[in-house]
Amino acid sequence: MTIRLLAAGLVTIATPALADTPVLTVLTYDSFLSEWGPGPAVEAAFEAECACDLRLVGGGDGAALLARVQLEGAGTDVDVVLGLDTSLTAAATATGLFAPHGLADATGLPITYADPLFLPYDWGWFAFVHDRKLENPPTSFTELAESDLRVVIQDPRSSTPGLGLLLWVKAAYGDRSAEVWEALADNIVTVTPGWSEAYGLFLAGEADLVLSYTTSPAYHLIAEGDDTKAAALFDEGHYLQIEVAGKLASSDQPELADRFLAFLLSDAVQSVIPETNWMYPAELPSAGLPRGFDQFRPASSLYLSPDAAASVRDAALAEWQAALTR
Amino acid sequence: MTLARSLAVLLLAAVLVPLAAVAWRGSGLAFGPSDWAAVRFTILQAVVSAALATGLAIPVARAIARRSFPGRGLLITLLGAPFLLPAVVAVLGLLAVFGRSGIVNQTLQASGLPPVSIFGMQGVILVHVFLNLPLAIRMILHGWLAIPQERVRLAQSLGFRPADIARHLERPMLREVLPGVALIIAVLCLTSFAAALMLGGGPAATTVELAIYQAVRFDFDLGRAAALALVQVVVTGVAAILVLTVAQPSGLGLGLGQEVRLPGPPGWRRVVDIGAIGLAVGFLAVPMLAVVLRGLPGVPTLPVEVLAAAGRSVAVAIASAGLATAVALTLALGAVRGNPMVEIAATLPLATSGLVLGTGLFLLVQPLVTPMTVALPVTVLVNTLLSVPLLYRILVPEARALAADYGRLADSLALAGWARLRWLVLPRLARPLGFGAGIAAALAMGDLGVITLFAGDGQATLPLLIQRLAGAYRLEGALAASVLLVLLSFALYWVCEAGGRRAAA
Amino acid sequence: MLQLDHLTLTRGAFRLTGNWTADPGQRVVLMGPSGAGKSSLLAAIAGFLPLTAGAVRWNGHDLGPMLPGERPLTILFQEQNLFPHLTVAQNIGLGLRPDLRLGKGELARVDQALERVGLSGLGPRRASQLSGGQASRAALARALLRARPLLLLDEPFAALGPALRAEMLALVREVADEVAALVLLVTHDPKDAIGLGGQTVFVADGVAMAPVSTAALFANPPDALQSYLGPK
Repeated sequence: MTIRLLAAGLVTIATPALADTPVLTVLTYDSFLSEWGPGPAVEAAFEAECACDLRLVGGGDGAALLARVQLEGAGTDVDVVLGLDTSLTAAATATGLFAPHGLADATGLPITYADPLFLPYDWGWFAFVHDRKLENPPTSFTELAESDLRVVIQDPRSSTPGLGLLLWVKAAYGDRSAEVWEALADNIVTVTPGWSEAYGLFLAGEADLVLSYTTSPAYHLIAEGDDTKAAALFDEGHYLQIEVAGKLASSDQPELADRFLAFLLSDAVQSVIPETNWMYPAELPSAGLPRGFDQFRPASSLYLSPDAAASVRDAALAEWQAALTR
Repeated sequence: MTLARSLAVLLLAAVLVPLAAVAWRGSGLAFGPSDWAAVRFTILQAVVSAALATGLAIPVARAIARRSFPGRGLLITLLGAPFLLPAVVAVLGLLAVFGRSGIVNQTLQASGLPPVSIFGMQGVILVHVFLNLPLAIRMILHGWLAIPQERVRLAQSLGFRPADIARHLERPMLREVLPGVALIIAVLCLTSFAAALMLGGGPAATTVELAIYQAVRFDFDLGRAAALALVQVVVTGVAAILVLTVAQPSGLGLGLGQEVRLPGPPGWRRVVDIGAIGLAVGFLAVPMLAVVLRGLPGVPTLPVEVLAAAGRSVAVAIASAGLATAVALTLALGAVRGNPMVEIAATLPLATSGLVLGTGLFLLVQPLVTPMTVALPVTVLVNTLLSVPLLYRILVPEARALAADYGRLADSLALAGWARLRWLVLPRLARPLGFGAGIAAALAMGDLGVITLFAGDGQATLPLLIQRLAGAYRLEGALAASVLLVLLSFALYWVCEAGGRRAAA
Repeated sequence: MLQLDHLTLTRGAFRLTGNWTADPGQRVVLMGPSGAGKSSLLAAIAGFLPLTAGAVRWNGHDLGPMLPGERPLTILFQEQNLFPHLTVAQNIGLGLRPDLRLGKGELARVDQALERVGLSGLGPRRASQLSGGQASRAALARALLRARPLLLLDEPFAALGPALRAEMLALVREVADEVAALVLLVTHDPKDAIGLGGQTVFVADGVAMAPVSTAALFANPPDALQSYLGPK
């Protein structure tokens, strides 16, 4: 009852704020819309040309976005979801909440990716990041497993990089993935709920390597002028994380949503992605890539299609859990 | 129905209705395969952490109670600080001491000894003891200081030795106070999430709260989330009933309201006391100092939006603390005669998963309004709910003593309603009210439960902003903002606490 | 008129009955061995203990449904008759208005009462700073202002020295006279009983006997009272 009254009261306060200009609500992960993420630049550039109000709403991390959309269901105000990755798109498709984008596929990916519902806007390779001082950084999972090196990873049950690592091992080793995890178990210092906790532990000196991206050293180089970080390149190849956006079928601004999705692949957005989201842009911007982005390029990419990823996930999770619980 | 009972019913509803909403939306309750392991681990670490924190707090509280030394008052105030640390900050602080390149391991290395690892069950317990030991010390110290002067004088006049004082005065007091303290800490540890996982060393350290997070965020399996949340609630309910039966009134009554110090025995006991205080201060202060000193230089360089977020957080904290204090006081005054329903209603919210509560509220609110528009009020509501149990636990012994000592006099003078509140309850309970409000404010300040689910444009609180900073590689900025958060939390806590002390003086 | 109408109190093995009346303005002393139930009887009249059976009436009205503060009485406990955190004046003012919204006239009455009990000038002091005798005086000053027709005293002066006790008893008499109150005083000391004059209720063996003239009682004490008082 109190909630009802409270809510009613707040609605009356909030209503006048909604002006006549159309509003496009985009649900995204928190780091995207922070002052240091692409959010502010994207918002300014899109509003300059759309005669609309672009509202970026934070929904936790990538995995939480899908839960949020499912929680809200068809009654949601959200028009576009930005920040799912391909380990989640099978589940997202299954919800039936998303509508086709009708746009041409992006051309800047190392693989061809075509999905009628989800449009890639950036991508990256997962990698173990270490300090350059580390002698003989591992060149494969097996080498890592045989070493005494200490690694921090993220929990695949609460973090997209954590899940990405699971799929990486699965894509590289298939049926042998359980063995790999058992061999890695004694190298894993701890498992954190999210990326930032793991990265923080690494920076605090608790581990030799941390699961992150091949572009992480570029951040330190560009933003901090710090050339001490490197990504270990693995012979097995590196798993791809492809970040996508999708339009909700329930959107009351479908045209505006389409325009926004198209805008995502424009130079205005793609040129800010590298130095704000620290990922590779889905379309190569006219100015090219910033320095540091070509430092660590894996020889080959590993990737499981959304359906394949969804079908191996539970078994891979069980293997992981069994190996690390011992 | 009395006001306290009505409030108890409301509290129960506020905990159970969102849970039911989640269960309903998830079409029933269901358990995942590894969930029982998570339940077992969660209960085990909570029990061990609570037992350790409570046990270690006893000698420290006794030492503070019976010794006078410069800075004693400041130390008592500062004991609130670790409890206010965000989990991630606490972990970073502990790593500076117990981590791979921390003080302890460097010392071991220098003496040619093998290093110790903080990661694993020991780490989970360490961080929980670190966060909760000061709270335990505060609550137990309070019990010590509440031993009536008359009884102390009697003991002195009878020539009681320290062992006799322990037997006749201290043990009855501890028997009354300890179960409640242990309960609160165990329940706090039951819902621990980030700290446990960061130091846990792997999936064996999966807590129920993480399983809930996984169920809600990754699998969107609301039935499982509700089942896990229900387990938390049931475990807490059972624990609360156990504590109710174990805790016995000390029968010591209350004196004239003057703080009295027990005689501080000389000799080896003095050494033990100094050691207890010194070790506790070292254990608590060094990690905190390490993290504050590291983050402090970054504070002036923080972007302006941090200020706005800090402002929102302070507003949320003040509103939550005010509401929680009012609710907890009403419950505590109503529970003077030992009402099991009030007792359980006042404990359960602590065991509630913030995530399930938020998700349930989201489901309830969504048909009525856009959830974003109520982000801050819902945050206030949830924070209020979550801090009522702590406040209640702090207030209830005081309210009982107040009723025992002055209930009849007040009744005989028809001192009722507002006048009783104004002239009797508020002045007599000012200290615990100030302390409790301070804790509640600081807790609300650092909360990152519900806001992640509801927050829209320009509604970020400071903890949310910290998470965003950390997510965008700005880990130094996140640390600086965390230090700002800690400083603000502590300032709020200090203002409330000192205000209470001043009002009581 | 105070009437104990077939009153019965029970608590565990403890049992007390009483069936008698006392007139307004009368001074009644309650004596008897420890644990006989003197304090319990006072607590029951004041409304702090539920009756097992029977009724307490004042001028024919059953006090049962009334809250302690509504009853036509003032009670002084063995200890803690003042709120230590309030000033003496506030403690006394509570007798006029529990919300302490005292007007000028009421404040003047508080001052008069203070003067009346010999505490002039101590009004602004905290109650916790008073001596035992001063605290008793302040409590009596409040009883004076409340002016209820029934004054219950549960050994409030037990901790005071003989001289101070005699003074307090005299003050009780004055206060009672001023408000024409029926006094029920619990005491162990026969001197108090004789000093107060009036009647005595002897409480022993589960019965609060009907009040009889104190002088007559002590002149010819029954066996139970004689053994309580000890050999002559």
